[in-house]
Amino acid sequence: MSRSSRRKAFSRFVEVLCAGAVLLALVPLFFVFFYVVQQGFSSLNWDFFTKMPKPVGELGGGMANAIVGSLIIIGLAAAFAIPVGLVAGVYVSEYPKAGLATAVRFTADVLNGVPSIVIGIFAYGLAVLPVKHFSALAGGLALGFMMIPIITRSTEELLNLVPGSLREGALALGATRARAAFSVMLPAALPGIMTGILVALARIAGETAPLLFTSFSNRFFTTRLDQPMASLTYQIWTYAMSPYDDWHRQAWAGALVLVTMVFIFSVLARVVTRRLERMHRT
Amino acid sequence: MSRSSSRRRSADDRVFRLGTGFFALLVVLIVAGIAWVLWRQSRLSIAKFGFSFWKGTTWDPVAGDFGALPFIWGTLYSSALALLISTPIALGIAIFLSELSPRPLRTPLAFLTELLAAVPSIVYGLWGVFVLVPIVRKLHVLMPDGLRKTPLFSGPPLGVGMAAAALVLAVMVIPFTSSVAREVLKAVPNTQREAAYALGATRWEAIQAAMRYGRTGILGAIILGLGRAIGETMAVTMVIGNNPQVAWSLFKPQYTMAAVLANEFTEASTDLYLSALVEIGLVLFAITLVINTLSRLLIWSVTHEGKAKKRAPAAVPAKAAA
Repeated sequence: MSRSSRRKAFSRFVEVLCAGAVLLALVPLFFVFFYVVQQGFSSLNWDFFTKMPKPVGELGGGMANAIVGSLIIIGLAAAFAIPVGLVAGVYVSEYPKAGLATAVRFTADVLNGVPSIVIGIFAYGLAVLPVKHFSALAGGLALGFMMIPIITRSTEELLNLVPGSLREGALALGATRARAAFSVMLPAALPGIMTGILVALARIAGETAPLLFTSFSNRFFTTRLDQPMASLTYQIWTYAMSPYDDWHRQAWAGALVLVTMVFIFSVLARVVTRRLERMHRT
Repeated sequence: MSRSSSRRRSADDRVFRLGTGFFALLVVLIVAGIAWVLWRQSRLSIAKFGFSFWKGTTWDPVAGDFGALPFIWGTLYSSALALLISTPIALGIAIFLSELSPRPLRTPLAFLTELLAAVPSIVYGLWGVFVLVPIVRKLHVLMPDGLRKTPLFSGPPLGVGMAAAALVLAVMVIPFTSSVAREVLKAVPNTQREAAYALGATRWEAIQAAMRYGRTGILGAIILGLGRAIGETMAVTMVIGNNPQVAWSLFKPQYTMAAVLANEFTEASTDLYLSALVEIGLVLFAITLVINTLSRLLIWSVTHEGKAKKRAPAAVPAKAAA
């Protein structure tokens, strides 16, 4: 074989390897989905959504308290993180050269990389240790800390895509800086910012580690924010590590519900992005 | 009148700057707060054990004797193994998607590989416990006896252990490395490839030229994956076996820093115990801080080289989650 055809053959070989890598990565994806859907569906029933957990040894029951708990904790996180992340993003985009803006960009990236379990310790020291008991609020705080950097960075990025002439137009008409930022720039960038928020929600919805020692768990139904609160992810963990078949069954059902929840956020984010791209193209 | 209104406007603008600046400052304060809380809560342990904390191998909460070496070992070993598996695959994906894939396949394949990042850690853990661990156990039992006596493969046939943890971690890290590496390859100017082709290069040789151009960014992508692997908690906790020991064996149950936090934090009965755990958290924070800063710098050096190319790399991990 000539040298050049050998090189071509080798190139071909590497190309096939790369395609193989894609297929190889899709194998676990397929497997995980297959099991979650198969095991989850066969265990999922109406009771799962409406009933409370049964004591050990009794079959049946559901995770009603954990599902509601998860939604409450995620809601708390969003209520705290969206305003902070959004306004911080506005600042960074309005004063990009300020020292604080550089610091925010850097720390947001740092925060994004902090292991979620460490965020949990932080929230523990902040909201559990002083009052000496676990609470839903502490859980929401921990998840909120994880949302903020994503929202801040995406808000900044999206605001920077809005033509500066819009701001100048508003200022020329006599609007204040605040008016220009919140009534002109922000609405123009809103669809993209929504994407950022949805991405952040998708990321925290499946988190377990930050909740382990913040919102902890609760066998009972509660909506009190100053009390420990059950969450879907924590419940899946306890059930998965237990020795009971019926609990394993419920853990799979919980995983199916959780994955569905995360994917609703992800798909929504994608749809919003898609629409945004189409808008910008025309 | 116009003077007073313009003065009012500049006062308004100052309020705006201070108001939004306050929220911006909050973001900085959160990170500073993490460092401060971790340091403060771990003082007791730092004062008592000093550096020997990181050399000791006994972890005995009852006797109040804490050594964290097995956890550090477990974290580093499992992450290194995971990277060994994930790096070639992730780079293969990045190359295929940015250089080789037919255009109509590109978006759906990118979506599917990034979907790997959207699966919650606890779901990987659940899958690991009930699907992957039995497979690993079976493989271990099927191994020839001679092989099972070597230090790398020794250990009881439990299924849980280093191998299962490294496999789960590898799957979780792939989407992060591949999506950043793809961004890096996208930022490499086409002239690099064209020049290679003009010199008679094959496709692979042209890709190599592009990769060489973006090598710092690709290294950054790999290190970013390392940061993720080191901090990963739930899935690893569920499959690694949770047994503090320093061993090379792939099949012995071991422990990681994140896992010991997940398992023991709420059970810490004494102040010293809690403080020792927080110190592990502090080091985990410090390691990921260094790793993430390094990877950002490396990625940034490539993607910003062409001067202010439209895309900022910072939001990439977030994008991977979408």
